[in-house]
Amino acid sequence: MGSEIRNAFADDPALVSYVAAGDPDAESTKEYVRALVRGGTDVVELGLPFSEPIAEGPTIQQAIRRALDAGMTPDRYFDLVAELREEVDVPLVCMTYYNLIYQYDAGDGREGPEPFVAAAAEAGISGIIVPDLPVDESDPLKDACKKHGLDLVFIVAPTTTDERLDRMLDRASGFVYVQGRLGTTGARSDVSDDTHGSLDRLAETDLPKAVGFGISERGHAREIVAGGADGIIVGSAFVDIVAEQDDAADRLEAKARELKQGALAGAPDLPEPEGK
Amino acid sequence: MSSESKFGEYGGQYVPEALMPAIEELTDAYQRYVLDNEDGFMDEFRERLRDFGGRPTPLQRADRLSERYDRDVYLKREDLLHGGAHKLNNALGQVLLAKYMGKERIVAETGAGQHGTATAMACAYLDMDCEIYMGRTDINRQRPNVFRMRIHDAEVNPVDIGSGTLKEAINETMRDWATNVEDTHYVIGSIVGPHPFPRMVRDFQSVISEEAREQIREQAGRLPDSVVACAGGGSNTMGTFHEFVGDEDVDLVAVEAGGSSLTIEEDEGLAPHSASLSTGDEGVLHGARTKLLQSTDGQILESHSVSAGLDYSGVGPELAHLADEGRVRPVNVGDDAALEAFHRLSKMEGIIPALESSHALAYLEENPDELGDLVVLNVSGRGDKDLDTVIEESDKRNLDAAPTMEVFEHGE
Repeated sequence: MGSEIRNAFADDPALVSYVAAGDPDAESTKEYVRALVRGGTDVVELGLPFSEPIAEGPTIQQAIRRALDAGMTPDRYFDLVAELREEVDVPLVCMTYYNLIYQYDAGDGREGPEPFVAAAAEAGISGIIVPDLPVDESDPLKDACKKHGLDLVFIVAPTTTDERLDRMLDRASGFVYVQGRLGTTGARSDVSDDTHGSLDRLAETDLPKAVGFGISERGHAREIVAGGADGIIVGSAFVDIVAEQDDAADRLEAKARELKQGALAGAPDLPEPEGK
Repeated sequence: MSSESKFGEYGGQYVPEALMPAIEELTDAYQRYVLDNEDGFMDEFRERLRDFGGRPTPLQRADRLSERYDRDVYLKREDLLHGGAHKLNNALGQVLLAKYMGKERIVAETGAGQHGTATAMACAYLDMDCEIYMGRTDINRQRPNVFRMRIHDAEVNPVDIGSGTLKEAINETMRDWATNVEDTHYVIGSIVGPHPFPRMVRDFQSVISEEAREQIREQAGRLPDSVVACAGGGSNTMGTFHEFVGDEDVDLVAVEAGGSSLTIEEDEGLAPHSASLSTGDEGVLHGARTKLLQSTDGQILESHSVSAGLDYSGVGPELAHLADEGRVRPVNVGDDAALEAFHRLSKMEGIIPALESSHALAYLEENPDELGDLVVLNVSGRGDKDLDTVIEESDKRNLDAAPTMEVFEHGE
């Protein structure tokens, strides 16, 4: 399967970067995404803000609040995605909560996962992550994603049982989101043992594995990739820069570069480029 | 399993993956200890409810109300339960269950403070560590309850984000649970949240209807025409209704907070009421599919009620289902009517009801003829905790029914 997201992991360890769409406004988000891509971002996770983000820590929670206060809505989000796709060619992944998908109204009498995914696909979204949608409730969304060629990414937690992991891997595509530690999103200063445990359990999986929750520095990125990850997911470290505003675009680019280089440093034995 | 986790289309388990193993563990414990009474769990629970809680609570005929409305009105006195509200039934059940499960720490959220107080009390009684999350707005309007929680040695963590009410406190408690899931149990305070909470909390609360059904048959010689309870999240509602659900001739009336108006101010992200059962749309919040107050885009609206305990944007999935089925009749009354009902019961019967319960009493005042000749009404809690709010809100409205304190404040 030639998933666009999966291809983004093909050559070297991928940097997946998160920003909340519309924080502090849509134009700035476009500028920030361009900067992250210049810095080496391979996949952009673009948050579609929901008022009750129960899986997020304070940093992203506040970003979501700013975006909502500035008027971000699902339809404006899709407009933003369509505009971005004209400028950047990395895959865009929609990260949001299930109520917005469930409640989505296409304006023609259709509601729910199918029209949401149809609109996302048309705008240029390549995959979807829904932190409050466990595998057991995911069939309607999975079916819609299949129909429109989108990847549905599942989060594997340190507490995930083997049985649940199997169920997830049955349905997952694009990449596996490895939650590096218990708790919510947010930059931390060390790499948890949970990360290594999760990566060991996924060693046989052929989907790319990206680790998120708590990565903020070059050293973390290196260590995680050296531990067997195919990529890293960084959110709060970028959102912190967005919140501070000063030179945000330049600093985002530099931060992305630092993290991408860290990831590359963790993978000294990169495969030869394709076509050899 | 998945059919049990739902009430029709409502319910389910919509939570972050990190919590799923804890929810599966809890589902297993619920089956074994609560449903199968393994190790005599339910026997111990009932015994402790009796000895520590003071059950059974009386079903009292309210003579003057009966006269006023020209029908028989019986009050189920959950205000007389230890702690002053029905909340202890559930808190004691869950804290005891957490002990059976080998957990070491309890977290809980609270709106009015009644659930937080009951949880803190149960934790002190059963020797468990306890942390309570409470919105800043609610802390300010329920200070005595904050102090009561602290007296029982619970930590109270203020939640400043958003409107600082129950919705935000639930988000914050979910986050704590997701971080400390291995040794911590989250005592959800109502019939909301992911399966098995809605069923389990209902089971712990259904002691109210078990007693009430037996008591009314004994005292009035028959089943009531209607059973009336206020509804926020819905724990006292389902607890009061559960054993009557099969009695098709008994009208089950869930009284929601109509607040200051039933409108929605979508631009403000605000509903000036908490009537999610009568006016909400289906959606997914805090782990369950249910009826919610939300914008057309699916953003959750801030709710409002003069009563902190009813101030929530969602409602239990079982109530949503029973309302769709026509088995439960959702109605609502406004803030003003609830305040008047508070003073009325205090004056006429010598019972100071919680502002939550005052909503049920206000419906009785406004629509007595819809309730038949024999009415059972649940007084879910006592109103001592609400006195500051009642003084302030009664003054604001120049309520004739309210006593004035002016003569004492300005006297020599």
